[in-house]
Amino acid sequence: MNIIPIEYYLVLSAFMFAVGITGVLIRKNAIVVFMCIELMLNSANLALVTFSSYLGNAAGQVFVFFVMTVAAAESAVGLAIIIAIFRNKLTVNIDEINIFKW
Amino acid sequence: MNIYDIVFYLFAAITLVSAFFVVTTRNIVYSAFNLLFTFFGVAGLYVLLGADFVAVVQIMVYVGGILILILFGVMLTNKITNVQIKTGTLQVIPAVIGVLLLAGVLIFKVFLGTEWKSVKTDIPVKTTAFALGKLLITDYVLIFELLGILLLVVLIGAATIARREK
Repeated sequence: MNIIPIEYYLVLSAFMFAVGITGVLIRKNAIVVFMCIELMLNSANLALVTFSSYLGNAAGQVFVFFVMTVAAAESAVGLAIIIAIFRNKLTVNIDEINIFKW
Repeated sequence: MNIYDIVFYLFAAITLVSAFFVVTTRNIVYSAFNLLFTFFGVAGLYVLLGADFVAVVQIMVYVGGILILILFGVMLTNKITNVQIKTGTLQVIPAVIGVLLLAGVLIFKVFLGTEWKSVKTDIPVKTTAFALGKLLITDYVLIFELLGILLLVVLIGAATIARREK
């Protein structure tokens, strides 16, 4: 199984993380920002599973479950907040959501 | 070229290309569907790494749960009648330069610059579910319980926030 060097998986994970950061920085729609956060969490999960597999230690995969749980919680609450904001301001454009500014 | 190499490059390509399209597509429904392919690609890589249970949970939780939730978010925040579904971008050039710097440091200094220890293991024939379940109820039982409480809080909180006020 370990014919592929561990660095390949890590570099792939780094690329996914970079794509996720780019999306968070450049996109205006709050839901796309959410998707990019999920991308970053997935790349972290990939790195955890890689280390777990190459070290022969199952603890890394347990952490993946924890990350998934927190990701599900985060996306549920976040989308609820986005829907509440949309109901009040009729937009999910993060440039126009500046109700804390005065 | 080994069969593992081919499968790895296939899933890596699916993951990276669809991740790229998640960020660059103007239509957010297409972004959501590309996210689906990213999740499937990552699940395939988990199978390749011998983490079968994590792969199944990835498909069930991410594709079956989070992606559906995101699609509901898309549908609830965009009216079908007005064409607000396309969205713009902001500050692309500085963001890309900064991210490329960060990714360069991450890849060339951290990942390729470190000697990673790895144990030579064969393809695990038995499933990992037994070992994972044992770890969850012995070593990590406190975190397990805390996450249960977190999910309960989230259940109540999300319903309260999203509810229409009278």
